[in-house]
Amino acid sequence: MSENISSSPNPAFSMQGISKSFGSVRANDNIHFQVRKGEIHALLGENGSGKSTLMNILSGIYKPDAGTIEVDGSLRVFHAPKDSIACGIGMVYQHFMLAEPLTAAENIAAGSSGIILNRKKESASIRAFSEKYGMEIDPDKPVVQMSVSEKQTVAILKMLYHGARILVLDEPTAVLTPQEIKKLFNVLRKMRENGCSVVFISHKLNEVMELCDRVTVLRKGQSIKTYVVEDTCSYELVEKMVGRKVDLSIDRPVPCPDCKDCLVVENLSLKNDEGFQKLSDISFTLRHGEILGVAGLAGSGQKELCETIAGIMPAEKGRIFFDGTNIFGKSPREIIRMGVSMSFIPEDRLGMGLVASMDIADNILLKDYSFQKGPFLKTAAVRVKAERIVKELEINTPGIFHPVRKLSGGNIQKVILGREINLKPKLLITAYAVRGLDINSSYTIYNLLNAQKVKDVAVLYIGEDLDVLLELCDRIMVMCAGKVTGIVDARAITKEEIGQMMSGTKLKDIKGGAGNVSNC
Amino acid sequence: MFRIAKKDELPKWKSLIVRLTSILFGIVLAGILIAVLGYNPMATFSALVIGAFGSVNALTNTFTIAIPLAITALGLAIAFRMKFWNIGGEGQIIMGCVFATFVSHNMPETTPGIILILLMGAAGFLGGAIWALIPGIFRVFSRTNETLFTLMMNYIALSIVQFLHYVLWRDPASKGFPKIKAIQLQAHLPVLFGVHIGWIVALVLAVMVFFLIRKTKLGYEIRVVGESEPTANYAGINVKKVMLTGVALSGGIVGLAGMIKLTGSVYTLSPAITGNAGFTAIVIAWLSGLSAPVIALVSILIAALEQGSQIIQIKLQVPSAVAAIIQGLILMSALGSEFFLRYRIVYAKQPGKPRAIKRTAGKPDNESGGKPESAEADRSALKGDA
Amino acid sequence: MDLKFIIATFLASAIAYSVSLLLGTLGELLTERAGHLNLGVEGMMLMGGSCGYVTAVRTQNLGLTLLAAVLGAGVGALMYAILTVTLRANQNVSGLALTTFGAGLANTLGSTAANTNTPANITAYFTYHPFELKNVTNPFLSFINTAFLSHDIFIYASLLLAVILTVFLFRTKEGLALRMVGENPAAADASGLMVTRIKYMYIVLGGMLCGLAGLYIPLVLQRTWHADITAGKGWIVVALVIFVRWHPIKAIGGAFIFGALSIIGLSIQQFPQLSSMIFFNQYIMVMYPYILTVIVLVITYARKKAWRGPSAIGNSYFREER
Repeated sequence: MSENISSSPNPAFSMQGISKSFGSVRANDNIHFQVRKGEIHALLGENGSGKSTLMNILSGIYKPDAGTIEVDGSLRVFHAPKDSIACGIGMVYQHFMLAEPLTAAENIAAGSSGIILNRKKESASIRAFSEKYGMEIDPDKPVVQMSVSEKQTVAILKMLYHGARILVLDEPTAVLTPQEIKKLFNVLRKMRENGCSVVFISHKLNEVMELCDRVTVLRKGQSIKTYVVEDTCSYELVEKMVGRKVDLSIDRPVPCPDCKDCLVVENLSLKNDEGFQKLSDISFTLRHGEILGVAGLAGSGQKELCETIAGIMPAEKGRIFFDGTNIFGKSPREIIRMGVSMSFIPEDRLGMGLVASMDIADNILLKDYSFQKGPFLKTAAVRVKAERIVKELEINTPGIFHPVRKLSGGNIQKVILGREINLKPKLLITAYAVRGLDINSSYTIYNLLNAQKVKDVAVLYIGEDLDVLLELCDRIMVMCAGKVTGIVDARAITKEEIGQMMSGTKLKDIKGGAGNVSNC
Repeated sequence: MFRIAKKDELPKWKSLIVRLTSILFGIVLAGILIAVLGYNPMATFSALVIGAFGSVNALTNTFTIAIPLAITALGLAIAFRMKFWNIGGEGQIIMGCVFATFVSHNMPETTPGIILILLMGAAGFLGGAIWALIPGIFRVFSRTNETLFTLMMNYIALSIVQFLHYVLWRDPASKGFPKIKAIQLQAHLPVLFGVHIGWIVALVLAVMVFFLIRKTKLGYEIRVVGESEPTANYAGINVKKVMLTGVALSGGIVGLAGMIKLTGSVYTLSPAITGNAGFTAIVIAWLSGLSAPVIALVSILIAALEQGSQIIQIKLQVPSAVAAIIQGLILMSALGSEFFLRYRIVYAKQPGKPRAIKRTAGKPDNESGGKPESAEADRSALKGDA
Repeated sequence: MDLKFIIATFLASAIAYSVSLLLGTLGELLTERAGHLNLGVEGMMLMGGSCGYVTAVRTQNLGLTLLAAVLGAGVGALMYAILTVTLRANQNVSGLALTTFGAGLANTLGSTAANTNTPANITAYFTYHPFELKNVTNPFLSFINTAFLSHDIFIYASLLLAVILTVFLFRTKEGLALRMVGENPAAADASGLMVTRIKYMYIVLGGMLCGLAGLYIPLVLQRTWHADITAGKGWIVVALVIFVRWHPIKAIGGAFIFGALSIIGLSIQQFPQLSSMIFFNQYIMVMYPYILTVIVLVITYARKKAWRGPSAIGNSYFREER
């Protein structure tokens, strides 16, 4: 139950006793959440704690099973997003709700009243409006041509333009560089000065501590406690988030001192179907028994790097050596057989690794069946393997014939990783392995990766969370727009420096004290 | 005030009931429409059933119609499993017949029947396979939308056969009405239990297709490709090869269906050779959930509809086009019923205070419409940000 | 033989023939802009055509005829909308089911009007040519007159409709709303737009236009009904929408090209030297519109950065699943 703050002055809005279930999953359980006017209030909780559901209720997308919402003192019922918008609530989603081929102005104007769409007038007024808040966008640019940070600006602007006084941001910093995050924070502080309220949904403690006035912690669908940020610390917040005292540090076993090179990549370049240069002259080395992390904004070429090494996408030029053999040009199947395992968790989590409609056993079969001889499927041996994987990784499932789409997120990723490890690879490439997972599952995955490292497997770890990269990996390679901007020792680098490299500054320029931020 | 909520998987028998109910619903709707149009629905339906099953002659006709339908639907099902929307059944049937007829016209008359039939079968398969591969190749190598391409191929094939009918292969022996020369006599399929042996071919093919999809590596690869091409790629499957193989098989089987119809009952190639089977087979394949054994069964029922509709036109002066009305409504009801298998309606007395939702956890089988690119995985619960 | 006259009449015939294609394209374009691919165009054209024609024969009232055509096709589109918007069924198969049903209904209904012709008073509306010049002697003007000015109101109204729809789509808020729904229904929903209502409205409206398209063929062009009178035009429409990149003004040009190509075979028959060549043989020429469609398809989908239509087409939108 939450602290008793019902006597707060001027709540911008107040949610009382909110409950919502999906099937038997109780996403929100009697939650109390209240935000004052002119404050930045964090909604903190790990993945799966119910934050997004709660905010979707506030924005009118879901209807609560129980509970009430008051906005500015009056009781409200939302049947659809437009009711919420009419009350001045503006939601900025993780996956920006923008129509890509349309321009920024068109996206912002959609849903506003009136009959005629006067482009020039709209553009001009949007420009004026954005300057007021210190945001810069080109209203006539099609959204598809914009950077992620620009798109987010459009999404925020859209809400403000429709008169939002309460802005809800769902994990806004996941896709930004450290420098862009600073810019965003300034914009949010300006809004607070203007009397707006900001709900900042996040699981990143350091940002909450830096930006927010108050924070409400959610855990497993319940509101646990509301703090004033000044009066608390990360340690206490994490404990409330996870429910027990948690050591957030990740083990880092000593990398193998005398192991040979496993993967040597030289001058790898690649253009995608549409002619964009996705990889430019990538070179790096990865030894057995070490973890090399790859940092970079989404779309910097991580996907292409994984796919090229795995043989799925042919590169333009370059050389890839695996244990001394040039695997450039080999088919994906051959590469899998040689001992290279690649798993890439895409945003929708089922796209690349698993066949959603099939069961666990059939999914384990996915990488196994090509090793079987003959045209017929042999399912018996795979069943044994599947049982073993489920047991070893403690995957929570009624059985191996359970369809994978019914598994929860953490278990799905365990199936994927379990399947890869089952192949006893020599090189393990894993991208976004902990995407969307709660803390416990994430740490299980880190332990699995460390266990592989200790077995002298070479691990290439692509991830979004810089804190994890800094703790888990031995070295980190930073990519920006398809180029390598630096390969560094994880123990001797800071987050800000990685952030600069993610935006395009080369390593040598940082060490030389230049510290310019330029988008590449 | 009501809203929609997801539902758990229903046990198999319950989903069967829902599907059967929906088919019944479609039939009732059709009956109402028939009445509105001025005909007697009860008389129509009973005449339909009797016309299809009521005598040995009727049964023979029904099965004869069912055979090419079933084989075509089996072929289409393979393509549909890969989410390759092969709407080109009509064209593939025609080209199968064209190739088979070509063989018959050009083999000496002393060719033994069995050889001729086998050669024509191979030719039919080849004709259909080629006709499907043309759009297939463009789909695989330049991502052209196969729905429309295969459709256009239908019309091109139709023009070709009309050209053959009126011009190139016009039988000089036929005076007055243009006609293509019939196939050689020894190529007529023999009859077993009153129906030409195409029924054996259909059954054998049903078993083979079932086996292919469930028990072979290729079948597995076809299913994975249909679910998600990125996943297939990632698993090392050569998606291009699998898709082309699947498309060729699909078109080939459909072409074979054409040849079977040609040598089993029609004996002469003409522009009307398909009897709309290419489209009817889509209805059959979909209603059967792409499952080979069910296809065999549903083909007989749809064939009964077609056979019956010929009879009601003669006996009751009810236009045979009502068969299409009934088919269309049944398919629409079946399509609509899928919704009730996945979701349920929740009634709320007041907004914010609905009745408790009883069922236990489950996520829907999320089939979104149309395009293969819309890999609509189960995002909500699995996003983790519940 | 006066070549100019032949060309002028050919152009005139091409325009008359292509009106159905134009209206159908405008209708299906609206549906697709809402994010739904309706393969039932052929069915809706037949439904509109049969309902309208039978009403014409029975009532001899143009107003009722138009109403019947619009309602007949509209009901078909409504069935498709219920299936794909509310019940989230597969759009391809739903459209095909509509075509099957529509053809069946049309042929059943139409057989009641077998061996009839369009009533004379209705034909009179279409023989009235508002812009036709009388007593033209100047050969150039005569050419223009025959080719472009001697058409009925229906055709000019269709052209006007294309212009209106263009303004609607790109210059009004409602048109923007429609475009947004077709590109990203989640974004539209989050903007406060009523996604479901917009989808229903434009799917049904699109269907109604297809009904009018289907009406023109039996009522005016052929002045009678026979089975499957649309002869596959509905399918060409689906391809045409892609050809004209979902743009109403371009639909005029696209429909004309396809219309011209469809009837050029007949016109060539007047030139025996040409028509004896296989390339110009009437049965071969019938293929050309379809081959053109195939070429257009290949080019559209092969283009690397091409926008391939409203991004959300083919997907069902379900708010609770976001």
